[in-house]
Amino acid sequence: MKEIVIDPITRLEGHGKIVIKLDENGEVQKALLQIPELRGFEKFLVGRTAEDAPQITPRICGVCPWAHHMASTKALDDLFKVDPPEPAKKIREFIYNVFMLEDHAIHFYVLAGPDFIVGPKAPKEERNIVGIIKKLGVDLVKNIIVTRKKLRNLEQLLGGKITHPVMGLPGGVAKPLSEDDWKICYETSKEALEFAKFTLETFKNVVLSNDEYVDLIKSDAYTHKTYYMGLVDEKNQVNFYDGKIRVVDPDGNEYVKFDAKNYLDHMAEHVEPWTYVRFTYLKGVGWKGFVDGKDSGIFSVAPLARLNAADGMATPMAQEAYKEFYETLGGKPVHHTLAFHWARVIEMVYAAERMMELIEDPDIKDPNVRKLPEATPDVGIGVVEAPRGTLIHHYETDGKGIIKKANLIVATQNNSARMVLSIEKAAKSLIHGGKVDDGILNMIEMAFRAYDPCHACATHSLPGSMPLIVRIYDKDDNLIKEIRRD
Amino acid sequence: MSKPKVALYWCASCGGCEEATVDLTERLFDLIEAVDIVFWPIAMDFKREDLEKMEDGSIDIAIINGGIRLEEHEEMVKLLRRKSKIVIAYGSCAHLGGIPGLANAYPREEILKFAYEEAPTVINPDKVRPMKKVTIDGMEFELPEFLEYLKPLDEVIDVDYYIPGCPPTPDLTWEAISKLLSGEIPPKGHVFGSDKSLCHECPLNETKPDEIRLEELKRPHQVILDRSKCYLAQGVLCMGPVTRGGCEALCIKGGMPCTGCFGPLDGVYNQGAKALSFLASVIDIEDEEKYREMLEKLGFDPIGWFFRYSLAKGMIYRKKRDGE
Repeated sequence: MKEIVIDPITRLEGHGKIVIKLDENGEVQKALLQIPELRGFEKFLVGRTAEDAPQITPRICGVCPWAHHMASTKALDDLFKVDPPEPAKKIREFIYNVFMLEDHAIHFYVLAGPDFIVGPKAPKEERNIVGIIKKLGVDLVKNIIVTRKKLRNLEQLLGGKITHPVMGLPGGVAKPLSEDDWKICYETSKEALEFAKFTLETFKNVVLSNDEYVDLIKSDAYTHKTYYMGLVDEKNQVNFYDGKIRVVDPDGNEYVKFDAKNYLDHMAEHVEPWTYVRFTYLKGVGWKGFVDGKDSGIFSVAPLARLNAADGMATPMAQEAYKEFYETLGGKPVHHTLAFHWARVIEMVYAAERMMELIEDPDIKDPNVRKLPEATPDVGIGVVEAPRGTLIHHYETDGKGIIKKANLIVATQNNSARMVLSIEKAAKSLIHGGKVDDGILNMIEMAFRAYDPCHACATHSLPGSMPLIVRIYDKDDNLIKEIRRD
Repeated sequence: MSKPKVALYWCASCGGCEEATVDLTERLFDLIEAVDIVFWPIAMDFKREDLEKMEDGSIDIAIINGGIRLEEHEEMVKLLRRKSKIVIAYGSCAHLGGIPGLANAYPREEILKFAYEEAPTVINPDKVRPMKKVTIDGMEFELPEFLEYLKPLDEVIDVDYYIPGCPPTPDLTWEAISKLLSGEIPPKGHVFGSDKSLCHECPLNETKPDEIRLEELKRPHQVILDRSKCYLAQGVLCMGPVTRGGCEALCIKGGMPCTGCFGPLDGVYNQGAKALSFLASVIDIEDEEKYREMLEKLGFDPIGWFFRYSLAKGMIYRKKRDGE
């Protein structure tokens, strides 16, 4: 038996890897994505004063600290039973959309962009930010860097720190939006909207005008019929900051819609001995192993899932893009993993439009941004849509707000089972007779890159290509071939 | 002259330190121009064997973030130490253990048991656990094993300099790297940042009374702070007086007190103990019983408040675990 180990350099202790086992004929017998992430956050939250959780939990991930900060802050609203004043909610939602836009943009341009903008079959030396510069011009790349900096500047203005913000408190935020800060937020929002519109245009011109890409998106190697989950507002439209959790089945029909506080009734986790990640699944459907379909509780989260789980987008340009998305890909729901990229761009437009709506709302400058909690704390559950999917924080405390128990359902976990499916299906479709080459590597890589998994969030950084090593071993563990993709 | 060789590596970290590096923005390109990055797993495909092939001492500066939680981290940082002239512990986790060091208050078994058996969403009647080696359908799979506890970098290898912060600011990062590259070498063990406490650069310092006397403490969610006055003087714990400056007082400007991520001042080993004794000196309650009552009523978390970034640096909990 041969073993192929794909060892992507990841942020998770540098250990995330794909192991593919071949049988005697060189056909794929099993392919697994192994994640060694465990630092014990749930355990060491016990004993902490609950109001510190929004500053402790962002250290789970320095790439998406705002998602943890916001889910945690909302869990505290629930824990201390205090409803923040409207201006505070608007400030929170505004800055959260800033973060979503910034995070999505980096993934799209730096990480995923090369596959689509430069091309999945382009020479590997060009499948990176340098290739993007060649294709779209250096001005665009400068614009991406400048836009990222401006958006992150807003995060610092409102949140104190960009990475590991401090603004969230039960019942509100630490400081109101001053007139000076508002002006900066307003100007940046205008620029952000232009940037998001430009990104959507670029996607259409470069990707959608190319039939080859569209065929690739629709190909079976990248397709799984699963359930989809996402937060929706009262009109069943996508919302990142608040709403109810809605799940649709593989046919696109609503399976369930629930308040985050009832998540234990609907979500469960499965443990496997070969990875540290816990696999979330729909409790009502049950764990049936790594298979897709209506009888399997495996579901998906993040951009594609959010669009599938909703009836539309709450802002006009995003809604238009939403309609085009489903018209082009053959109706709802879309099961093609590579469509995550397009969905992400649509969400960028939504985030920018929503920023504009909120910053133009006169309420947002109101200094009334705190309500002091009065009730005795006991249980608090908070939810947001992280860039990588539905994120839930759940704390239980004593009467003084000292945490006694904590449970975290982290976004990437919700996609973990589907990612295992994607890796195995791509491997089985692409590897035959034991033959592996660089092209196959990139195609397997694309199967999980689409999810923007947090254990690959290393690639949010420049220069952004995901380095891979594939090692093929014979059954006695002798290295017989090594392929590198630098 | 050849460019200085720089290696970057991360251990048990969140990625925030990498983000801080990327937040150098334009200066990141200057850095890439000025140095030869020979190892950066996040961005480049150099592997351990490439590092092993380099001559000992051939890397000029190794910048390492994250605490040491896996066996592999230990091996990698020892290797980097051998290959490098200068080793920098970058960020709170490498410096002091950081927030993941709070896990040292719990035995490893309790962490695993909660994660895979007791968490309310987990359904695991067979008590399956991730295993170092496991055989599935005759096929073997391996996982790296976690160490008993988390250690800061200098408990595993000799460290030359420290860049503190969770994460360090881009300006401080730039200042430290520029200094070292220009040959302005500080004494060994130097911690970059200010040599004074945060209060000295705090925009609210002018409003800090010469002597603070508090009759009670308040937790941040229990009070709406006047953002123009010293938070500590308003009765909320601020780690500023016992924490190294150099962070630009970002949390203070964000409307919240300091939590101590830049670590202790020079000459102080245990930041938490220092903070505890400082707090004792500002609480204006003589009677021990009344003092206790005040804390009881308040709800008190000495580990999270005073040792939030430095628990792994102290020996208290580790000794307990080892049964020494």
